[in-house]
Amino acid sequence: MNQYPLWKYLLILAALLAGLIYTLPNFYGESPAVQVSPLRTSLKADAALLEHVGNVLKAANLNSELVMLDGNSVKARFADTDSQLKAKDVLVAQLGEDYVVALNLLPRSPQWLTKLNALPMYLGLDLRGGVHFLLQVDMNAALSKALEAATGDIRSALREQNIAYSGVSRDGKVLLVKFRDAGARSKGEAEIKQRFSDFALNSADERGEYNLLVTLKPEAEKHIQDSAVQQNLVTLRNRVNELGVAEPVIQQQGADRVVVQLPGVQDTARAKDILGRTATLEVRMVDETHQASAGAAAPFGTEMFKDREGRMLLVKKQVVLTGERINDAQPGFDNRTNEAAVHINLDGVGARQFKEATRENVGKRMAIILFEKGKGEIVTAPVIREEIGGGRVQITGQMSTVEAQDTALLLRAGALAAPMEIIEERTVGPSLGAENITRGFNSTKIGFIMVALFMMVYYLMFGTISVLALTANLLLLVALLSMMQATLTLPGMAGIALTLGMAIDANVLINERIREELRNGITPQAAIHAGYDRAFGTILDSNVTTFIAGIALFMFGSGPIKGFAVVLCLGIMTSMFSAVMISRAIVNLIYGRKARLTKVAIG
Amino acid sequence: MEFFRIKHDIPFMSYGRYTTAISLVTFLFAIFFLSTKGLNFGVDFTGGTVMEVHYAQSADLAKVRAQLAETGLPDALVQNFGSSYDVLIQVPFKQNFAGAKLSEQVMAGLRKQDASVEMRRVEFVGPQVGKDLIDNGELALLLVSLGIVGYLWLRFEWKFGLSAIIANLHDVVIILGFFAFFQWEFSLSVLAAVLAVLGYSVNESVVVFDRIRENFRTMRKAEVSVIIDNAITRTMSRTIITHGCTQMMVGAMLFLGGETLHYFAMALTIGILFSIYSSVLVASPLLMLFGVSREDFIKPEKTETEEVLP
Repeated sequence: MNQYPLWKYLLILAALLAGLIYTLPNFYGESPAVQVSPLRTSLKADAALLEHVGNVLKAANLNSELVMLDGNSVKARFADTDSQLKAKDVLVAQLGEDYVVALNLLPRSPQWLTKLNALPMYLGLDLRGGVHFLLQVDMNAALSKALEAATGDIRSALREQNIAYSGVSRDGKVLLVKFRDAGARSKGEAEIKQRFSDFALNSADERGEYNLLVTLKPEAEKHIQDSAVQQNLVTLRNRVNELGVAEPVIQQQGADRVVVQLPGVQDTARAKDILGRTATLEVRMVDETHQASAGAAAPFGTEMFKDREGRMLLVKKQVVLTGERINDAQPGFDNRTNEAAVHINLDGVGARQFKEATRENVGKRMAIILFEKGKGEIVTAPVIREEIGGGRVQITGQMSTVEAQDTALLLRAGALAAPMEIIEERTVGPSLGAENITRGFNSTKIGFIMVALFMMVYYLMFGTISVLALTANLLLLVALLSMMQATLTLPGMAGIALTLGMAIDANVLINERIREELRNGITPQAAIHAGYDRAFGTILDSNVTTFIAGIALFMFGSGPIKGFAVVLCLGIMTSMFSAVMISRAIVNLIYGRKARLTKVAIG
Repeated sequence: MEFFRIKHDIPFMSYGRYTTAISLVTFLFAIFFLSTKGLNFGVDFTGGTVMEVHYAQSADLAKVRAQLAETGLPDALVQNFGSSYDVLIQVPFKQNFAGAKLSEQVMAGLRKQDASVEMRRVEFVGPQVGKDLIDNGELALLLVSLGIVGYLWLRFEWKFGLSAIIANLHDVVIILGFFAFFQWEFSLSVLAAVLAVLGYSVNESVVVFDRIRENFRTMRKAEVSVIIDNAITRTMSRTIITHGCTQMMVGAMLFLGGETLHYFAMALTIGILFSIYSSVLVASPLLMLFGVSREDFIKPEKTETEEVLP
């Protein structure tokens, strides 16, 4: 009765083998490495870059253990931090500004493991050191900005159509448009309705005044908020690139929050500076009377900037328009030619300035320049075909849809859509991170040894089997965590220790039950069978309740607590498997075949 | 080896009156301390800044305090943390201070005083975040409670679900009471521990309940109190060994896990100790009180009547 069919043994064997393979990378540790990734979407990390990096390193006499292509970056691993730092300096000097060179750590595990996608566990910031920021996007400011822009747009639309109005004003989230008579109002209402689909209109008359209340439709409001967050995410990503962080995390959290995690960053002051900095955008005219050449000084009244392909352009110092005048920039298509295009929407003041500038400069090129950290880069430099009024500008020509998206992003990134504020910061120094790992590891180790010794002394053979099952549990749990690349935090390590402590419960239940059945006088074989059988229901019930707690923690916990919850839930699953199936398999192997078993060593 | 060789069932149910009284008194004490002293909420919940700095030699706390007062933070809490080289600085949230910039200002000031000072950890939490965490914590507590009651109702009977959750919430309140009495810092990880205890200590009740259900089936003639006594006595050995093992793990964390895990492990320790007590001596008497009976599990057998078939 205590025999497993072959497939069960095979299943257990397969699980253990997989567990072993995926746990293995954690033992090899990590080596210092350098990671090179392109700054722009137009540049790709490819075989050419791989070779280039390899050659640069070879030329500098730096022995890298491994240079490889990984995702959209090239990584090179070194034996010590000294050559890592040297390699970084050499690469920064050789590759120029188009690539980010960041310090990183790479797993030292052998190639065949990496090929199997077996990677070590991903350590959280509290274990590897680094900064965690939670930023809150000020949604009210984003809405105010949109409404402010609409005020100007409505004014110019009414003026264009010669509709008599006596004023447009904003009161909180409501725009109030005043008309002289009912006729003008109905004309105005029709005009606004046609042009601005995002707004809901209500007429309200008051003591002989003909008013129109303009409010944002809820879906438009949501759209503004969503795109504000998206835009801020993009801007943050660009800025973080500049910090040279190997594996930054920039994610939206909830409706209006952004998480930024920068592993390994110690200089928090600089990180905050860069995250909080505002880039500016300027529109200027291109100077076409002189020829731009690299190295030569720019003629008086002009400045030289690189465009995104690296070509030099001379641009006049006089500013036509600044980035604050741009309400929005979206990628799209030209109505007539169906070419990829970028649609820019200017506010009222901007529209007027732009109209004047384009009238005077038909046939000439203008340049849109993005300034960050006091350094300018030309985003695009289109030719002006005709006078452009009304604040709606379209840029087309020789653009792919990807480029159009890039350009639109950069134009929007000129300024953050809405101000952000750091509402949470957690910084952990590297020494504390390392200490946390040792502490977490040591407490788990000591706890495990104590439990193992006790179980073996108290339950003899069955205790030893329980300890084997518990070891398998630890193996499977670490393998699962490595496989999922779940973030391991200090609370997560506590979770591992706690689940191990709780997992032994299942074996204690089984062993106690077997002892009890033996005491009742039934044969050892029957006792083993009954012990496992009867204990199972109890084990299931008690695990499900802990699982419920784990799920709730996962749903409502944040950061490190989530890590704890993940470990808790996974640990329950692996412990069900190992405590019941694996320990039973071992028992079956040892005792199952003996037909006339008279005694078992259970203490 | 066997620690518990108990020949006769221990009449736990006849002590019911005393044990309920004891837990009622502890419970009331916990409530009393919670309401008078309150929890010492950590920066996770209140908002503010916590910094841990490390000096190459023993830190002079008075000098650190003086420097902070000069920076404009006279109400900062400065204390040693773990060793005399490490200093913990806590600054409550202030409206007029640019929250996230505060840590830089403090570090700059401290560096002026002693260049060897090393930043170990900074935690800044804005007040919005703290409020969210409290809300989410309450929600999680509610969800766990409902989930457990629901599951036990499904598997056993509502009487079991209700008495288990009362017993376990009693544990939670007592843990909180300890934290209020000693004014230990109540942080996010302590909250996680409390919720884990809620899930874990239900185990205990489940094991006893399982045995009670089984006994209802096997001990057909016995009285309810005898059945419960027997169930508790026979699971007692397992209860103590399991908790002992878990406590070994938690104890290792308590003593070796460092400051961060200390209170987490402390909450678990209190939770484990009281869950032994409550599952045996609170949940089971409650079950009696709710009037559990054999009929809850075993449908009365239909009396066979003679049938006449055509």
